Amino acid sequence: MATTVTTPITQERMPKEHYLNADYGVRSWLLTIDHKRIAILYLVSISIMFALGGIYATAIRLELLTPAGDLFTSENYNKMFTAHGVIMVFFFLIPAVPATLGNFLIPLMLGAKDLAFPRINLLSWYLYIVGGLITLAALFLGGLDTGWTFYTPYSTAFSNSNVILAGLGIFVAGFSSILTGFNFIVTIHKMRAPGMTWFRMPLFVWAHYATSLIQILGTPVVAVTILLVAVERAFDFGFFDPARGGDPILFQHLFWFYSHPAVYIMILPSMGVISELVTCFSRKKVFGYSFIAMSSLAIAVISFLVWAHHMFVTGLSVYAAMIFSALSFLVAIPSAIKVFNWTATLFRGSVSWQTPMLYAFGFIGLFTIGGLTGLFLASVGLDIHVTDTYFIVAHFHYVMVGGVIMGYLGGLHFWWPKITGRLYPEWWARVSAVLVFVGFNLTFFPQFILGYLGMPRRYHYYVEEFQVLNVLSSAGASVLAVGYVIPLFYLGWSMRYGKIAAPNPWPATGLEWQTPSPPPTENFPVTPEVTEEVYDYPNLRLPKETVLV
Amino acid sequence: MRSDIPLFPPNASTMAVHVDHFYLFMWAVTFVFSIGIAVALVYFAVAYRRRHRDERPGEIHGSLLLELVWSIIPLLLTVVMFVWSTWLFFAQARVPDDAIRVNVVGKRWMWKLQHMTGHREINELHVPVGKPVHLVLTSEDVIHSFFVPAFRMKKDAVPGRYNETWFTATQPGRYHLFCAEYCGTEHSRMIGSVHVMESAEFQQWLAGGPAPVSPVALGRKLFTERMCVTCHYGDSGARGPALNGLPGSKVALLGGGSAVADDTYLRESILTPAAKVVAGYQPVMPTYAGQLGEEDVAALIAFIKSLPPLAGDAASRKASDLRSN
Amino acid sequence: MSSHSAALRHHFANPEQQKEASVLGMWVFIAQEILFFGGLFATYLVYRTSYPHAFADAAGHLDWKLGAFNTVVLIGSSFTMAMAVHSAAHGKSRAIVGWLLGTILLGSVFLGVKVVEYGDKFEHHLVPGRHFQYAAHHEANLAADPGLAQHAQLYYSLYFGMTGLHALHMIIGIPILGWIARRASRGEFGPHYDSPVEITGLYWHFVDIVWIFLFPLLYLIGAH
Repeated sequence: MATTVTTPITQERMPKEHYLNADYGVRSWLLTIDHKRIAILYLVSISIMFALGGIYATAIRLELLTPAGDLFTSENYNKMFTAHGVIMVFFFLIPAVPATLGNFLIPLMLGAKDLAFPRINLLSWYLYIVGGLITLAALFLGGLDTGWTFYTPYSTAFSNSNVILAGLGIFVAGFSSILTGFNFIVTIHKMRAPGMTWFRMPLFVWAHYATSLIQILGTPVVAVTILLVAVERAFDFGFFDPARGGDPILFQHLFWFYSHPAVYIMILPSMGVISELVTCFSRKKVFGYSFIAMSSLAIAVISFLVWAHHMFVTGLSVYAAMIFSALSFLVAIPSAIKVFNWTATLFRGSVSWQTPMLYAFGFIGLFTIGGLTGLFLASVGLDIHVTDTYFIVAHFHYVMVGGVIMGYLGGLHFWWPKITGRLYPEWWARVSAVLVFVGFNLTFFPQFILGYLGMPRRYHYYVEEFQVLNVLSSAGASVLAVGYVIPLFYLGWSMRYGKIAAPNPWPATGLEWQTPSPPPTENFPVTPEVTEEVYDYPNLRLPKETVLV
Repeated sequence: MRSDIPLFPPNASTMAVHVDHFYLFMWAVTFVFSIGIAVALVYFAVAYRRRHRDERPGEIHGSLLLELVWSIIPLLLTVVMFVWSTWLFFAQARVPDDAIRVNVVGKRWMWKLQHMTGHREINELHVPVGKPVHLVLTSEDVIHSFFVPAFRMKKDAVPGRYNETWFTATQPGRYHLFCAEYCGTEHSRMIGSVHVMESAEFQQWLAGGPAPVSPVALGRKLFTERMCVTCHYGDSGARGPALNGLPGSKVALLGGGSAVADDTYLRESILTPAAKVVAGYQPVMPTYAGQLGEEDVAALIAFIKSLPPLAGDAASRKASDLRSN
Repeated sequence: MSSHSAALRHHFANPEQQKEASVLGMWVFIAQEILFFGGLFATYLVYRTSYPHAFADAAGHLDWKLGAFNTVVLIGSSFTMAMAVHSAAHGKSRAIVGWLLGTILLGSVFLGVKVVEYGDKFEHHLVPGRHFQYAAHHEANLAADPGLAQHAQLYYSLYFGMTGLHALHMIIGIPILGWIARRASRGEFGPHYDSPVEITGLYWHFVDIVWIFLFPLLYLIGAH
């Protein structure tokens, strides 16, 4: 194949020693304290979780092809959408970018040899695994039917499913998230290479810093809330039982206090990825660097102030509703600033259409729609009609799937050569990216319409007139599924047969690209000293490439 | 195409068209921005496509002016959205004075509705066109949500409290009623219909069927059977304050402070009477929690509201009772 | 070489970086813990505002003198902890061990008193759940709140939840103190390397401060 203008740079041989072959055997992986190996451990685990969550999604979309509940009983259907939500939220979306890409890259990007607390990093993976196993046990042995939101008093006094066991699993997994955030904060504060000031850090790091703030401050609140639910269920305390003076709405306040900021734990790291992709594949410094950096912090702060927009129809006071509405509009502005800055980065750039950039384009477009439909929900007068309907389902899938997952896949492809030392096959990757984009829109755009028409969410049976749109959505889901499965094959294939990547194949700025692909265990034999500004493309050395014949 | 893939639910309440207008405005903004961004991205990606391997574009780091422009304009847009949608919300939150009241109780997995004439319905609600209807909602078990897409109206039915909403139907017809808060196995079958009828037809519907017991009559029966009358017999020396004329008035409380005697206050006084004790009285009223269901409580409230104000001395004594402290 | 190069973990550039990282790490962890307890404090706030009589009455069953004693004990243990940190900064290994043992002793006294208190609650059927039986402390409170028994159960749920979580933090902390004392006895700490003592101190002071909020909120609201 001829070299094109954008073909990544390759080399003849893999580096002799790198983190993957430094040691062999199961023990060397399960007892590793190398952040890169821990990132791989996470990569495998969350991929399995994603596949499981995807199987439940497939079952849901199959059932919803017809108005009647003919594939599964209502009880099982309710358990399936709960499983889909619990797995995807707690075991995929929250850890996806930070625990895989963040763990792998943050020390490299900062010029450090590892994170501040490597053993705690390993502990966080074990907590993820233990929490995951406990939760899966709850989901498979009897099931959970409360929805991922566990609303009381249904979850405390009426559900006959594994609430306590599932709660325990999520509680443990929450500490995995807290420890990751804690590690990142200390690393970013204390382990930057000499010369790397805050404003010379890549935006990927800024994004993870903001994310970590949310992780450590928000997660403990949901942990304690789940504890209260478990204790109420086990000992019948009455915290949330109105007959005994408890308040079921108190649960919603405590729950959403974390779960709203949680969605920013999911999106901020992906936004960090997009900043890196847009800058590399325009080959110029991102437009408005400090605005993007500060907007991440602004999002983290404001995200704690908007939780009750999930509760507009519960009977909040008019004044409370107004305040939360106003703040919910405000939280959209920093995200808008990012979108405009990313777009402006392409202006007069040198734009390449490689797969990571295709995912970045997809993210920007879909996140814009997803984020703007969030404004529909900040508008109380309109939210009253669309809340608890498929409009909400469409909105959050646009930002979670169209946003978070596109960012995750884009980042995975961008740093694949660094992580594995191999190039993925570009043509297949582009085909998947396009399939994902098309399939995604076909699946979820009809759901906006369904929601406005009045189809409530979590419905096993639905009325006739909703069928056409449901069929469209399920058809789209099949395309989306294909788009997700293909990378499994070519990424796996590339690890053995892919072209061997040069240290800096794209090429891109950033300390991680100054190491071999894959890097050695200690990352930098000599701690680098940073003298250049970040994203200094004009001074980027483009080495003469060697193409493997 | 409209008949195959509907885009809007029926437009059947006074609020519906306003909500739809706002919704269309929001989609217009969404399309303008998403298409704008998409076009910009595609245009830049094509116009500035990499042409040589070694291409190195010039430096452009940012522009404070642009940052201000694209922060302030969206901010102003959100202010417009906030003001418009809050105006909508106020209209939805303010129940008109002349509304017909219907009590709604959600229970797994059915809706129980009761008109003030005494008519009870299950999963169906018959209302006259053009008249405001005030819904007072609660639940007997878990949280449910009363959702009529055609009215663009939804409110949660929460156990242990009253939530309120209202609508004025504009078109006769039959419209979907859904439960919109997940409540367990049969959540998606907790559905029904709202029947909007012309005035004459509605009167006919009211007259048809067995003579219903009005909530007021049921409340009167309960007031005697449950011994409420032994303390609340309207005399100023009675152990409990007179209830005539109480609903809607301001009540001075023992220990200072005051409360407005709305439905929530009346319900609380029946179920947890010691929460707010009227000034000048002892906290001796027993609680009826566990002995009265939600519909019984609603009936008692309806009865209390039906009591005429006391005449003469008794009235002025009662009035001074309330004014003291 | 002296012990400090042995203590330096390989990924840190120098001992100063390692120390700063561990101290910052403990502060971040404490921030997280504040939010963890915060959920319970928020729940306490909501229910106490709703049921002041029940909470005051239920608190009346607690022995505030025991609580006050425990408060003094815990503050004392913070003092001994601070002295241990001070000794570490000055390299006085035997003093470190002594002060840490003192902290452990005082912490154990605290826990012992808690065992006594919990036992007393158990005897009087004040542990929430199936065997909970409540008799009003003051009749006036029962008159003011007919639902006193149920609302008192809410109080005791929070009492056991909050003091239990606090006690758990001490049960985890005491063995850690023991481990640090053991390392100190082997001369590991000195002016060049004292961060483990320092961060353990931070943790212990945090546990103390949580108690200083719990004591008045749980014990003193019943007193007049």
